Amino acid sequence: MAIDLSFVWAGIIAFAVLAYVVLDGFDLGIGIVFPFFSSRRDRDVMTNSIAPVWDGNETWLVLGGGGLMAVFPLAYAIILPALYMPIILMLVSLIFRGVAFEFRWRTHHESHLWDFGFWIGSSVAALMQGIALGALVQGIAVEGRQYAGGWWDWLTPFSILTGVAVLVGYALLGVTWLNLKTSGDIQARSANLARPLSLALLALIGVVSLWTPFINEMYFERWFGWPTAFFSSFVPLLLALCAFVLWHGLTHDKHVQPFLAALGLFVLSFAGLGVSFYPYMIPGVLTIKEAAAPESSLKFLLVGAVILVPMILAYTAYAYWVFRGKIDPEEGYH
Amino acid sequence: MTFLGLEAEILARIQFAFTVSFHFLFPAFSIGTASYLAVLNGLWLWSRDEAYFKLFEYWKTIFAVTFAMGVVSGIVMSYQFGTNWSSFSDKAGPVIGPLVGYEVLTAFFLEAGFLGIALFGRKRVGNAAHMVAVAMVAIGTLVSATWITSANSWMHTPAGFSVDSNGVFIPEDWWQIIFNPSFPYRMTHTVLAAFLTTAFAVGAVGAWHLLKDRQNRQARIMFSMAMWMAAIVTPIQIFVGDLHGLNTLEHQPAKIAAMEGHYETHTDGAPLVLFGIPDDEAETTRYAVEIPKLGSLILKHELDGEIKGLKEWPRDQRPPALMPFVTFRIMVALGLLMLGIGLWSLWARWKGKLYDTPWLHRASVWMGGSGFVAVLAGWYTTEVGRQPWTVYGHLRTADSLSPVSAPAVGTSLLIFIAVYFIVFGVGVYYLIKLMRRPPTPLDSDQELDAGPIRTAGVTPCVTQEHPLGGHHGH
Repeated sequence: MAIDLSFVWAGIIAFAVLAYVVLDGFDLGIGIVFPFFSSRRDRDVMTNSIAPVWDGNETWLVLGGGGLMAVFPLAYAIILPALYMPIILMLVSLIFRGVAFEFRWRTHHESHLWDFGFWIGSSVAALMQGIALGALVQGIAVEGRQYAGGWWDWLTPFSILTGVAVLVGYALLGVTWLNLKTSGDIQARSANLARPLSLALLALIGVVSLWTPFINEMYFERWFGWPTAFFSSFVPLLLALCAFVLWHGLTHDKHVQPFLAALGLFVLSFAGLGVSFYPYMIPGVLTIKEAAAPESSLKFLLVGAVILVPMILAYTAYAYWVFRGKIDPEEGYH
Repeated sequence: MTFLGLEAEILARIQFAFTVSFHFLFPAFSIGTASYLAVLNGLWLWSRDEAYFKLFEYWKTIFAVTFAMGVVSGIVMSYQFGTNWSSFSDKAGPVIGPLVGYEVLTAFFLEAGFLGIALFGRKRVGNAAHMVAVAMVAIGTLVSATWITSANSWMHTPAGFSVDSNGVFIPEDWWQIIFNPSFPYRMTHTVLAAFLTTAFAVGAVGAWHLLKDRQNRQARIMFSMAMWMAAIVTPIQIFVGDLHGLNTLEHQPAKIAAMEGHYETHTDGAPLVLFGIPDDEAETTRYAVEIPKLGSLILKHELDGEIKGLKEWPRDQRPPALMPFVTFRIMVALGLLMLGIGLWSLWARWKGKLYDTPWLHRASVWMGGSGFVAVLAGWYTTEVGRQPWTVYGHLRTADSLSPVSAPAVGTSLLIFIAVYFIVFGVGVYYLIKLMRRPPTPLDSDQELDAGPIRTAGVTPCVTQEHPLGGHHGH
């Protein structure tokens, strides 16, 4: 067979994870910046801007998890026990925030409690996703077909750094989304918030990028060895370009440009991870091929994925199209 | 290492049971509600009767809250297999994973695409596209249910696979895997259970409002539709349940022995144990109240059919008997009560007193949660009865665990318990609040619901324009 299905699937899973990060990133970000918008009316507009799409966004996470179990069961079986606590904390945070989102409409007296839940849930979920990522980049102890480390291995200075980076990054996605979807006072305040967040995120991306190559030799070789460095260097160059576009958009009162540029930063950081990882799923331990399920499993699910994923994308695009444009503060979805 | 004296295995089992039970309550309700919404919307489009429109809007909000809780509790499930059951995922992942993957793709498909439009987009996309979205949500929930019950059935009656040197299950024939022997029965039984769960919940809400105001037309419609479901679907469900039981007897006789509380094999007709307390240590069911021969009659459809007892299996291959024994009886008892309500409603309907029988309404309110309890009870019966295996006869529960220590599993269990009780406790409180809202009165209520006393002075058969643009006349 000419095409190795495990690589096709690695691409699909990577796409699902990226789709999750960019889509749920901005709606988590809205929760993260809740404290900066204190009136109920502002918060209603903010949550209305994501009401029709947030649970669709979140399902990419289920697809990533479910997909990983289906096509890379060994990677799934090693990574999840290794990242046990961050994943559990992320899950309960997502629960908290998901229901807080619905419940804040169902009550007047307790709505500030649910707003608090929405903020804390969004923030902890983002932080834990970043920490899980950092822990994976640092490497996982494996023996045979099992995780061989303890249940606190994930907590390191590096993983905390990546956690904060993701938190700040999602906040930036959130405010640039608000800049895109809202008008008047909320938009102005979002745009103001976006500037310090952009600077903080760029600084964090810089530190993480400089630190990563020194975690192990493989990463170092990728980024500084010849000829790989030639190709790898496109990532930082494009990042710089994106940063410029972002800043330009923010200083010239553009509505769409900053959001797209912020998405671009995420896509490129993700590509940078790909450069470091390939062809490993768990750095230095388990390659894509080794982690893959038997051919019959890959084939069977691929049929569904090839049909359904494009349809899902089409309908997702349609849903965004239906709810396009600036939010009318008077038109509630609830 | 233990946590509060418990091993990692039992903690992980409790955690899975806890998270999946909570999760399942929401789809059990939303599967039926999605179909109910599609029917209501269809009836509104067809008849342009505002009552159906308002009912759709009424249940839509409740559905949205339930669905949100289903989504967030479902995310946990797709990671539970990895966090606590990584050996199971490594070995059975190639089979279970793609089935779960299809479930996710389908659920996702409807969530990403149609749910937002079904809930919020009527004005934006028009009635026709909106109806399609509502129908797709309903179909999507059913397709999702099909995949997930297939995956679950495979764990009970595995088929179509080989095992490699690492102990990994290799899929050989997907047709056999999907349509494994217990799947058709389990799926039908589960989906009907979801419909009944919704029917009794809707019936209870209708009945509650009828008790407040017998003339409320929407409450009448809800109640009437729910009672039709109770009367028609309950007998079908009992019949399907019996077939499911026979299938279990064929493939998992040890589970049946546990459910029936039989330790000894009965060669000349097994009694039906109505009540008792199975004691695995002593290998006997204490305080048993039995009806001779009836067990064989039900399971073998003959008086002297042989029923195997748990002693046929070595102790390390037996399920614990107490839990399946008790939960099975709870499920059956609730099924019989549901049947009773269904028959009662038929009688009341025939007498023309469906809306004028307060005791039937009170009973229906009390039965509002019966579907949820029955679904969980039935499920505990079958899942505990599957022990000590995760993949029946091939992979033991003890060999399915993650290499995670008891304190980690115990801590996360406590976190889940705390968060779930707060979050879903409040969620259920809001749901009940939503259900206590009386359905908004229709413009036409006055002429329609005029009882014998109020008829005077009200002109019958008024046809009027109403704000939704359609006509209706009475």
